[in-house]
Amino acid sequence: MAELVGLAEGIATLVRDGDVVALEGFTHLIPVRAGQEIIRQGRRDLTLVRMTPDIIYDQLIGAGCASRLVFSWGGNPGVGSLHRFRDAVNNGWPAPLELDEHSHAGMANRYVAGASGLPFAVMRGYAGTDLFRHNANLATVTCPFTGEVLTAVPALRPDVTVIHAQRADRKGNVQMWGLTGVQKEAVLAADRSLVTVEEVVDTLDPRPDAVVLPGWVVTAVAVVPGGARPSYAQDYYDRDNDAYRAWDAISRDRDAFTAWLRTEVLDPVGS
Amino acid sequence: MSTWTAEEMMTITAARALVGHTSCFVGIGLPSTAANLARRLHNPDLVLIYESGAIGAKPTRLPLSIGDGELAETADAVISVPEVFNYWLQPGRIGVGFLSAAQLDRYANLNTTIIGADYRDPDVRLPGAGGAPEIAASCREVFLMLRHTRRAFVEKVDFVTSVGFGDGPGCRDRLGLRGRGPVLVVTDIGVLEPDPNTCELTLTHLHPGAELAAARAATGWALAVAADLAETDPPTGEELAVLRDLVKGP
Repeated sequence: MAELVGLAEGIATLVRDGDVVALEGFTHLIPVRAGQEIIRQGRRDLTLVRMTPDIIYDQLIGAGCASRLVFSWGGNPGVGSLHRFRDAVNNGWPAPLELDEHSHAGMANRYVAGASGLPFAVMRGYAGTDLFRHNANLATVTCPFTGEVLTAVPALRPDVTVIHAQRADRKGNVQMWGLTGVQKEAVLAADRSLVTVEEVVDTLDPRPDAVVLPGWVVTAVAVVPGGARPSYAQDYYDRDNDAYRAWDAISRDRDAFTAWLRTEVLDPVGS
Repeated sequence: MSTWTAEEMMTITAARALVGHTSCFVGIGLPSTAANLARRLHNPDLVLIYESGAIGAKPTRLPLSIGDGELAETADAVISVPEVFNYWLQPGRIGVGFLSAAQLDRYANLNTTIIGADYRDPDVRLPGAGGAPEIAASCREVFLMLRHTRRAFVEKVDFVTSVGFGDGPGCRDRLGLRGRGPVLVVTDIGVLEPDPNTCELTLTHLHPGAELAAARAATGWALAVAADLAETDPPTGEELAVLRDLVKGP
């Protein structure tokens, strides 16, 4: 049964130096506050896993938490580049970043294999691309029934997956709706999981389009209202597109980023 | 006499190409603008599919990201990301895939990964593949939209992120790619289509006012030009009005 914890306690207990950590949420329900708590606690040498490294991974990379990135699209959606990510890849600042680079379909299938207890997934993908030449985590496999040659991708098994959801009940059953991306697979593929939620309620009213993660597959739940900002939580708050646009200027410059990190994450006024 | 920008001409040309199509896998940016324009203008039943899991999205304003809330709220169905790629894209259910890129070559191979010779030490790190490799492989047809410059239209892409026609005729079959591949490249200068025999991109249309010399100068290889090179119809007043309303938002 999932334990109800505070965010700082949950990160301190579940995310360790050197871990393989997945923070998922496909544009919607991105666990931004949890990611910033990882920065605040000074985690190092993480392998960060995420289909779409968004501004939260730009922050984690810029803060020096990561040594490796497993991903499929690293940009600021609709705005442009992730400048901290680029600085790490191009200049090794603040630390070199090793890449394990995939397509979205490949990443999705890697999580499905992890959640399914399989060593790899089979798919049609990557054929003819240079991703094959640069990534040892891609191989071909021959169908034993038809002889067709297909692509194999290894299972993802994070040490810990962190996601954000709309709500949970007091037993730690989690309910989320709207675009739910790959979060169910990412939680089921991981050894441990932390779910931040907008609120805890006595009863989870059924919703026809909701994904429910039973409390017994979740390690811990933390109540973090607004925990996905500046991404959004459907029926709670909208995506703050201006914040995504503003991130471009903040992240472009090392000094501006460092100042932002200090005032907004490490030592915020009133903390 | 109405006037328009090169980008408006490009978007309207791409939207016209969606006439008669039933479903479109939409990337963000210019492809999203064109697909939403098509749905408003002449193809109201066009099913827009966003990789975030929105199938049949009907946004009233242009989304900034592929996962904006309005996409899910207006969709016929909202599904998980593994489902998007495994159940919908991979079996070839989706008609048109609509992509852009930083670089493209004469066989419409696309690069969205790096600029430079060394993957480990690139001159410019780009966002990466996203959904593009499998969209390019498995949609029944692929439309491309990008600005026509020598930086983008290169002799050889620095990295093949998504395959167009590979090294030429027969390559898609050898690789097991089941969609037809790119059938149309819309730029701000004109339209290119693959030659049915050689697969090489061939300039088939120039937009009104665009010069052939400009198209050649903006292409990093010896550009093939169709014998019956035509001029794109200029935007109609209605096309421009709907597009401008869409871009401006409510």
